Amino acid sequence: MRESGQPKLVVANASKSYDTGSGVVHALADFSMDVQPGELACLLGPSGCGKSTLLWAMAGLHGLSSGEVRLDGRPVIEPNPQIAMVFQEANLLPWRNLIKNIELPFEIRHQKPDRARIDALLEEVGLAGFETKMPRELSGGMQQRASIVRALSVDPSLLLMDEPFGALDAFTRDEMNLLIQQIWLETKKTIVFITHNINEAVFLADRIFVMSARPGRLSRVFEIDLPRPRPLDAMTTPHFIELVAEIKGSIDHKSQTQAA
Amino acid sequence: MASVDRELKDKIPTFESTGAAEAGVGNWSSAASTLSLIKGGRDAMLIVITAIVIFGGLELTLRLFQVPVYIAPTPSQVITALITDFQYIGPHIGYTLIELLTGFAIGASIGFVLAALITQFPLVEKIVAPYILLLVTTPMLALVPLLILKFGFGFTPRIIAVALASGPMVMINAATGFRRTDLAKIALARSFGASTLQIFLKIRIPMAMPMVIVGLMIGSIFGLLTAVGAEMVGGSFGLGNRLTYYSSLIQMPQFFACILVLAMIGISIYVFFYWLGKKWAGWEA
Repeated sequence: MRESGQPKLVVANASKSYDTGSGVVHALADFSMDVQPGELACLLGPSGCGKSTLLWAMAGLHGLSSGEVRLDGRPVIEPNPQIAMVFQEANLLPWRNLIKNIELPFEIRHQKPDRARIDALLEEVGLAGFETKMPRELSGGMQQRASIVRALSVDPSLLLMDEPFGALDAFTRDEMNLLIQQIWLETKKTIVFITHNINEAVFLADRIFVMSARPGRLSRVFEIDLPRPRPLDAMTTPHFIELVAEIKGSIDHKSQTQAA
Repeated sequence: MASVDRELKDKIPTFESTGAAEAGVGNWSSAASTLSLIKGGRDAMLIVITAIVIFGGLELTLRLFQVPVYIAPTPSQVITALITDFQYIGPHIGYTLIELLTGFAIGASIGFVLAALITQFPLVEKIVAPYILLLVTTPMLALVPLLILKFGFGFTPRIIAVALASGPMVMINAATGFRRTDLAKIALARSFGASTLQIFLKIRIPMAMPMVIVGLMIGSIFGLLTAVGAEMVGGSFGLGNRLTYYSSLIQMPQFFACILVLAMIGISIYVFFYWLGKKWAGWEA
């Protein structure tokens, strides 16, 4: 494990069950993890393993049945200005144009939009000049870029990303992963990135937290020691393929023991 | 822990919106597309030519067979009557519009606010829903004789009838709009610290807007029907009253002139809400 002082984010013995009316669903069971400042952590797991539940708890969007989430040592019980979220499928408001979407967080907080910062981010992700376009006029990749700009515009110290590129095609996804790596290398923000794509996790992560199927538990942690910046063709190196195979094996093994 | 938003507290994260996703001004009726289809000079010309053929043909046929005026006046006689008798008809257009606008403003405001409130409390909605349905399906015209008995022959009973006819229509459609919930969008606003009021203003209202406009359109048309009907029942002013007046005198050109005015009011309402829908709810079309 890496040497460090206080972790940026701590999840301690988190459990959450939902009362759905047709029975209680245990989404998360005694889950613990910690993320170091400036770390890019990936949460990897099959669909329905409680990844989104965990992320929503990290964002302070809903509470836990037991356990807690701490940011810089303080419990997270409500949305925190230090935390910004990037959602599945961009989640832009379709009745607002691109720049109005990006200014939403400022509007909510009654602040003046940080135009210099927004313009620089738009430039970086290649959306300069598209400010007045409506979301439906943009491609899926462009929409997701806009939602990343929206999250970064308020300069959070922790970025939570919930399968942000799941709906994109493979080529656009590669492009977006490069962009995330670049932004992360430049800003050194702490990122928690949820995915069910092993390649994506290995390409991006410092550490991968593998979750088991419902109820979500931490099954294993992998340190990814690939040098940075990682080019796209890092995905074809033997070491990369080895790591992917090892992680895949650990997930398969887990489900077999559960079935037995 | 009171700070955890009640809308998200025990919700399983989901990214599918529920409710009337297919609803909207754009696909409310096939006629809605008529306006957007008119493009280019050639299309416009064809439309004008068709209109000329229909009304010119009507004029010619009526003249050719020498149909008496009291059975069916020619289009030109109707237009002439509208122009020469406008000093008599004009004020009545004003009376009808006053009833319609006042009644609709009252009914639509109450309907909108009630829809917004009630959909926040599912139990209240369940309790109230049958009565709203009753108001929607019962012709409010039936109450007019009673209202006249109570309020006399002035504007009051008519404005109440218009409000009663349009309000529930606005409410039932707006409620459908407010029931649409998109948890991901609410979570987005909440993640940036939005209050319940901000979520309502910035997420729920815009999301309900397409259905609200459909409700306003249907409600105002129902309001017009009810205003004219109420004018026919009693009193001595308004376009509905003029219809009974002119038909009793067998002044058919004037009678049809009033119908022409009513048709134009109806079309204006439609065009106005179509434009409003493009402006406020165009994102969904």
